[in-house]
Amino acid sequence: MTFNLSVSPDFAPDHISGWYFFNTWLQRTLDIGIHLELYDSFEAQRKDIRADKFDLIYANPYDASMLVRELGFQAVAKPASQPDETIIAVNAESDFHSVEDLTVGCRVATTDDPDVHTMGMIMLESADLDSSNVEIKQHSSYVVGAKNLLNGDADVGFFLKDAYEELSELIRSRMRVLVGSEISVVHHSLLVGPRMAEYIPALQTALLTMQDDEKGKGVLESMGITSWEPMDAEQTEFMIDLIDTLID
Amino acid sequence: MSEQDTGEMRTVEIAYFDGTKRTAAIVDREVPYPDGKLIVSRTDPQGVITHANQAFIDMSGYCESELIGAKHYILRHPDMPAVAFKDLWDTIGRGEKWNGYVKNLCKDGSYYWVKATVIPNIRNGQLVGYTSVRRKPSRRKIEESEVLYKTLLAEE
Repeated sequence: MTFNLSVSPDFAPDHISGWYFFNTWLQRTLDIGIHLELYDSFEAQRKDIRADKFDLIYANPYDASMLVRELGFQAVAKPASQPDETIIAVNAESDFHSVEDLTVGCRVATTDDPDVHTMGMIMLESADLDSSNVEIKQHSSYVVGAKNLLNGDADVGFFLKDAYEELSELIRSRMRVLVGSEISVVHHSLLVGPRMAEYIPALQTALLTMQDDEKGKGVLESMGITSWEPMDAEQTEFMIDLIDTLID
Repeated sequence: MSEQDTGEMRTVEIAYFDGTKRTAAIVDREVPYPDGKLIVSRTDPQGVITHANQAFIDMSGYCESELIGAKHYILRHPDMPAVAFKDLWDTIGRGEKWNGYVKNLCKDGSYYWVKATVIPNIRNGQLVGYTSVRRKPSRRKIEESEVLYKTLLAEE
């Protein structure tokens, strides 16, 4: 039997090959067949998640809620010291210096990344802004969102912090961070579906010692992860409860 | 800091719904809510704090060991009407999410405003506690809440 692995579409383009290396490492370690399928759209991936296509997913916190509570997935690990944080950025020459400077009609460049969009909108609340009084334009990637800021087509842009930091030096030098979230406890996690549940103990053991051998360490580096940390059911439920409080 | 803050100090006896009371020094000084932070806490079903994140510790002025094991009402400011908390408990008691604006009391008697959301934590069909997440409210919402709570408090 071949299992199916997918990755939340918000991974950095530089790490695409890393996920293929990870898939090869997983197959050799667990001695099973795994097919990796990557997406550039959250919506398309979510459709396939609902169609029960996957057995193993590196999921963003928003999708983790559906995977765990509706589809019976279990979290086995999370990347060490890599919380998901959101940045609201402006053009470096913008007159906006705090969220409270933003006004009704503000043009927002966002993506279909659900966590980042939700957190970005929450950070606008202190200026009395919400989806009813701002102009939201969804872009296909953070790079396209950044370009909109730079050419003056948007007033603010929402970015996953990691993705913002991986934008080119040239792009970042022409932008300024207005505000960044400091949540700390919301993060991506590796989730295993019911069909693959029997492999959880072996998978968890392999993941938690992955950084100890040269090959595993190299794979982690290519994915932009230093090491994995264990994640139990209650930690996962706590994170999902927290996400639930943020969704209206 | 609110434009109406005077920095004045007063001593107030705060009575809680469970019949307990405490005398607290109240200072009319607002602690600004930091941008981008979320205050997160969890309680057991009786409202006893079981988890507090760093933002909660920083804003409340209590250390973690003082918060864990304390009733969540340790944060109740005397300017908050009891009816607001009754609505909270009625709502989460029905298993629903509660949202509201709350003036919280710091350990040193100063205060901070939050937009709070509380949800019941259900595990295997059983209520095991509540998660509360607080975020930065807008100035307009704070001003509206101040007027509303003054009216409600006067009616109590």
